[in-house]
Amino acid sequence: MGTTLAEKLWADHLVRKGEDGAPDLIYIDLHMCHEVTSPQAFEGLRLAGRQVRRPDLTIATEDHNTPTLDIDKPIADLTSRTQVDTLRNNAKEFGIRIHSLGDADQGIVHVVGPQLGLTMPGMTVVCGDSHTSTHGAFGSLAFGIGTSEVEHVLATQTLPLKPFKTMAINVEGELPEGSTAKDIILAIIAKIGTGGGQGYVLEYRGEAIRKLSMEARMTICNMSIEAGARAGMIAPDETTFEYVKGRPHAPEGAEWDAAVDYWRTLTTDDDAVFDTEVTLNAADLEPFVTWGTNPGQGLPLSATVPNPAEIADADEREAAANAIKYMGLTPGQPLRDLAIDTVFLGSCTNGRIEDLRAAAEIIQGRTKAPNTRMLVVPGSARVRLQAEQEGLDKVFIEFGAEWRNAGCSMCLGMNPDQLKPEERSASTSNRNFEGRQGKGGRTHLVSPLVAAATAVRGTLSSPADLADADVLVGAGA
Amino acid sequence: MEKFTTHTGIGVPLRRSNVDTDQIIPAVYLKRVTRTGFEDALFAAWRGDESFVLNQDEYKAGSVLVAGPDFGTGSSREHAVWALKDYGFKVVLASRFADIFRGNSGKQGLVTGIVSQENIELLWKLLETEPGKQITVSLEDRTATCGELTVPFEIDDYVRWRLMEGLDDIGLTLQNEGDITAFEGTRDAWRPKTLPAKTDEKFVVEAARPAQ
Repeated sequence: MGTTLAEKLWADHLVRKGEDGAPDLIYIDLHMCHEVTSPQAFEGLRLAGRQVRRPDLTIATEDHNTPTLDIDKPIADLTSRTQVDTLRNNAKEFGIRIHSLGDADQGIVHVVGPQLGLTMPGMTVVCGDSHTSTHGAFGSLAFGIGTSEVEHVLATQTLPLKPFKTMAINVEGELPEGSTAKDIILAIIAKIGTGGGQGYVLEYRGEAIRKLSMEARMTICNMSIEAGARAGMIAPDETTFEYVKGRPHAPEGAEWDAAVDYWRTLTTDDDAVFDTEVTLNAADLEPFVTWGTNPGQGLPLSATVPNPAEIADADEREAAANAIKYMGLTPGQPLRDLAIDTVFLGSCTNGRIEDLRAAAEIIQGRTKAPNTRMLVVPGSARVRLQAEQEGLDKVFIEFGAEWRNAGCSMCLGMNPDQLKPEERSASTSNRNFEGRQGKGGRTHLVSPLVAAATAVRGTLSSPADLADADVLVGAGA
Repeated sequence: MEKFTTHTGIGVPLRRSNVDTDQIIPAVYLKRVTRTGFEDALFAAWRGDESFVLNQDEYKAGSVLVAGPDFGTGSSREHAVWALKDYGFKVVLASRFADIFRGNSGKQGLVTGIVSQENIELLWKLLETEPGKQITVSLEDRTATCGELTVPFEIDDYVRWRLMEGLDDIGLTLQNEGDITAFEGTRDAWRPKTLPAKTDEKFVVEAARPAQ
């Protein structure tokens, strides 16, 4: 019987097979750190008198706490500043490469790795951040870890792990215009649930996946964790090789050839068997938005807020009722009628150049709805520079959006970019949990296209809604 | 890590599913650089609500949390485990846990026992009928006992062994350091290194923030 991609990667990184129920010891090719989940790990090393085993396989960047305005001034929030300073001091003490605020390679850790060419196929990648699954888009085994594990990787460059189960997610057919990778993953999570992927590595396959760009694949793998999975992956192909080639840390010459020869073997064998398989038809996918307080509570934009009384499962019924109350919604209300206070375009899910281009194309020549603010936050300083070279910053600014510096920003309430209580957002980020974007804030997860159209109309909208001339009031004004 | 064999303490019924780590500890509390002192941050958003279970006198001193399915979803923050431990929780029982949360708990000596949802409901009823009732959790027998009711729980064999022995993972791994060194000798040359740093020559910009 053949093996799956995940099993091949596991076998290629096996340092020591676990005996008598002990976990396997797996080698880690790349360890990324940020300021939030690393300080206690470095402290642990210090207390035990240990060193970082492989500083040359480790990289750090500042993203969660960093402000997106006034980045040339000291961070105003003292606890945030202390945390960032702690990372800088730890990087200096242990000899780790760091990209600090203001550096051209600073940005969200999951945008920085691929952009530098440090993420490539066939690797194991970890970071103290659950969205590390992003890097699985290259055909790598990439997953988030806790701080104890961060310390473990710093000290040993390995992790003791029990093998994951494997799940194939087949996305067949062709994605309709106006639907994106974000809609695919939101639909997958709504289908299998926030716990559906627990214990699994997901492998996204099928025609619709193969046609996606690398950045769109990253959006899909990024949210694997939102289905409960540790990791998600997509087998590498020409699209992947093309994306990696020429990046600063990509192999060159004979090493490139050797790497590509190996990468071509990284596919699931035809006769391999997954523990579970799920199939979706991309052709059926409309723009998807969430209405509730977990990423599984999503529906097509054309739907209405569900009625908890009609939900059979007692647990889900209660969860839906709690969510509707928190979100300030009424059962039966059309999602398209929801007025949005803030549109957030950014995050490790949708903060890459293609996301900015897609949104800019929608808003170009249109005017922002007067009561809606729009925050555009590039995923990294380089994405920001690239966007400025392409003139996208001007498009956003003329539209009335705020053009910010790189960071996690409004994806999570750790920096100054936050929602106020009861403020409603359409956000291209990954989590709609209670209070995620600020205490009492109400989050609807959307694609960059829906975010852009929503900023034009002021209510949850897709680009198709803009075709109606009536809604183009003010266009070009 | 302290050895764990058995623990008896007040059971706290948390009738909610999908309690994500943002609920266990909101992001604003993650800015600290210490590993302790997170007790005030536990369930911070809900602690303001008088009717929340931990605001009721009978449950305040609880140490065994009985939660709904999919506990600990979302962010990988180990702070969620630290906050539960700092508050005084030794055990969480639920029918399903998120993988990263369960892994983090195992590293920090917080027992996560998987109990069938049917038995969780029975425990909830007992704890709500008689607030302040204690639960005894035996890691040795893999059981939780509340009054007359004893329910079994599942936990990974290896994690259970480590918790009962109070063993530290890094120490265990370094016993096999020779294997790690040997593996490193076989790694392909194309695999990237972060040092020396290479960056994109297309973009040369001055840092907005001067280097320290």
